[in-house]
Amino acid sequence: MEKFDKLTAVAAPLPMVNVDTDMIIPARFLKTIKRTGLSEGLFYALRHNQDGSRKDFVLDRPAYKDAKILIAGDNFGCGSSREHAPWALLDAGIRCVIAPSFADIFHNNCFKNGILPVVLPEEQVNKLMEAAERGANATMTVDLESQTIEGPDGEVIPFEVDAWKKHCLLNGLDDVGQTLQKAPAIDSFEAKQQASQPWLYA
Amino acid sequence: MAAPRTLFDKIWDAHVVDRQEDGTCLLYIDRHLVHEVTSPQAFEGLRLAGRKVRRPDATLAVPDHNVPTSNRAQGIADEESRIQVDTLTKNCADFDVPFIPMNDVRQGIVHIIGPEQGLTQPGMTIVCGDSHTSTHGAFGALAFGIGTSEVEHVLATQTLYQRPAKNMRVSVDGPLPVGITSKDLILAIIGRLGTAGGTGHVIEYAGEAIRSLSMEGRMTVCNMSIEAGARAGLIAPDDTTFEYLKGRVFSPKGAAWEQAVELWRSLPSDEGAHYDKEVHLSASEIEPLVTWGTSPEDVLPITGSIPGPEAGRDANKAKAIERSLEYMGLKAGQKLTDVAIDKVFIGSCTNGRIEDLREVAQVVEGRRVAESVYAMIVPGSGLVKEQAEAEGLDRIFTEAGFDWREPGCSMCLAMNADKLEPGERCASTSNRNFEGRQGPGGRTHLMSPAMAAAAAIYGHLADVRELAC
Repeated sequence: MEKFDKLTAVAAPLPMVNVDTDMIIPARFLKTIKRTGLSEGLFYALRHNQDGSRKDFVLDRPAYKDAKILIAGDNFGCGSSREHAPWALLDAGIRCVIAPSFADIFHNNCFKNGILPVVLPEEQVNKLMEAAERGANATMTVDLESQTIEGPDGEVIPFEVDAWKKHCLLNGLDDVGQTLQKAPAIDSFEAKQQASQPWLYA
Repeated sequence: MAAPRTLFDKIWDAHVVDRQEDGTCLLYIDRHLVHEVTSPQAFEGLRLAGRKVRRPDATLAVPDHNVPTSNRAQGIADEESRIQVDTLTKNCADFDVPFIPMNDVRQGIVHIIGPEQGLTQPGMTIVCGDSHTSTHGAFGALAFGIGTSEVEHVLATQTLYQRPAKNMRVSVDGPLPVGITSKDLILAIIGRLGTAGGTGHVIEYAGEAIRSLSMEGRMTVCNMSIEAGARAGLIAPDDTTFEYLKGRVFSPKGAAWEQAVELWRSLPSDEGAHYDKEVHLSASEIEPLVTWGTSPEDVLPITGSIPGPEAGRDANKAKAIERSLEYMGLKAGQKLTDVAIDKVFIGSCTNGRIEDLREVAQVVEGRRVAESVYAMIVPGSGLVKEQAEAEGLDRIFTEAGFDWREPGCSMCLAMNADKLEPGERCASTSNRNFEGRQGPGGRTHLMSPAMAAAAAIYGHLADVRELAC
């Protein structure tokens, strides 16, 4: 996983609430056995008309072609657990999503893929959303180490993040490798559980 | 004396392998269910790193999302779908993971077959790369959906890093009125909490109306916890639970059964346990519900009318209502019972169990599906299908004009050939009414099996209470 420390980039505004993972990437694009190439399905219905022609979606406008930050409304990423949603965002270059709230599974999935989801009070999200409307003229800097976002006009906004998730993201750590170092603890848990609840190991 | 604990606290505490300074825990996972859509990249990760599946005996895989629901002997026509199912088959063979193939009678939707096989038991931690894993909470198991990276993590380590959730209790007080089903109950709860109301929480469902539900009804309730934002729902195990489990393939047997039941009886929340949030609903106020919009929180009694943007609690929701009305092709003030439908879908991990099919049969027996409607019934598993046929339900369905199909996820998410055409309107017993969920441009109204059956007969959204059974 690519590590995330500091990101300075254009932010794209997506002023919608309850953006679900079906909207981020419809189910028919999940018929893949790979993690890459999913940007083709990203926000498909928001980007295309029924006949396949393009709509004027924010990420397709020239001002946002280099956007790496997405700013959205409440409950972003609700619905299906599909990790294809963060994979598709990553494939399109998005490394940070800022919203007043996220659905839990999507929030988790972001951290596994080098994407930083930032929760901010709605008022601050609205301000950043407004700034983001200025397109390429408004870059923002997201600094994970200091847990701050610097807006285009120099205002600095602090944000919260779990210490463990921050550690993994800053260092681009592969969870599985780390957990396998705890094998002795897992072994002893299993031995104890098997002794008291043998039917779980039948 | 130890502080009183909730059912969630007890299951959590019993599974902590290791605790980080910030409260993040390494949690042991007792059962891992796997399907073809969210697992290929996880197995690929194992292969690349030269890792094994730690506990194949605690894992079960089945294809469900991509499988065709007709002409199954001919295989899967769609190449991408076929590759995904073939990949699961190969991965399970390579990693020694127990696998139920598409043509096995036990095949079905992963959340239907887990309980059916007795794999789902009280007090367990259960995960699956699927948000409707919350279904298994009906047994008093802590069950939640995970992403593919986490699927890989569980396959390799049988553990997951998790932060403890907050406890919420939703009590539905009083007996459920006649004609009101578990689906109406959970839709009412989602309507009350909102689609993000349960975020960060595990919801424990309690109260007389919940306790009186069968296991099938409890599964319907817990299934849609995620539609209220909660990763997991829980119902305390009781005699109804034990009766359901006794004698199933993977249920403990003999002395182990007695030992297990004794342990399970200690799981319900202690008197005085702390809940971060408490919500009460009165069962007597619940009516048959349908969704009108594109979020599961958009619920209304069937006797109601379509709302306008002014019904939104803030500017954002008003905008969302406006967008939903346009997408759904509806007008503010329109009566729900005047909304004509094109298709009916009965099935899914929410409502694809035998009890759901009996509910439909009771409504449609001796009646006919409206001329203008195509109606399909997709049983949740091969065993549900077999049971329904043994009871003669399939004849009732086909005589009424329903299409009786093979088991799978089907038109709940339209990954196989079953889907809505742009603009088509569906009365569906599934769990999500998101834009495009049942096919690009498709319009979904969520409701109970009985209500979907009534809609099929009338050709429009209808109050099942008017069809005297």
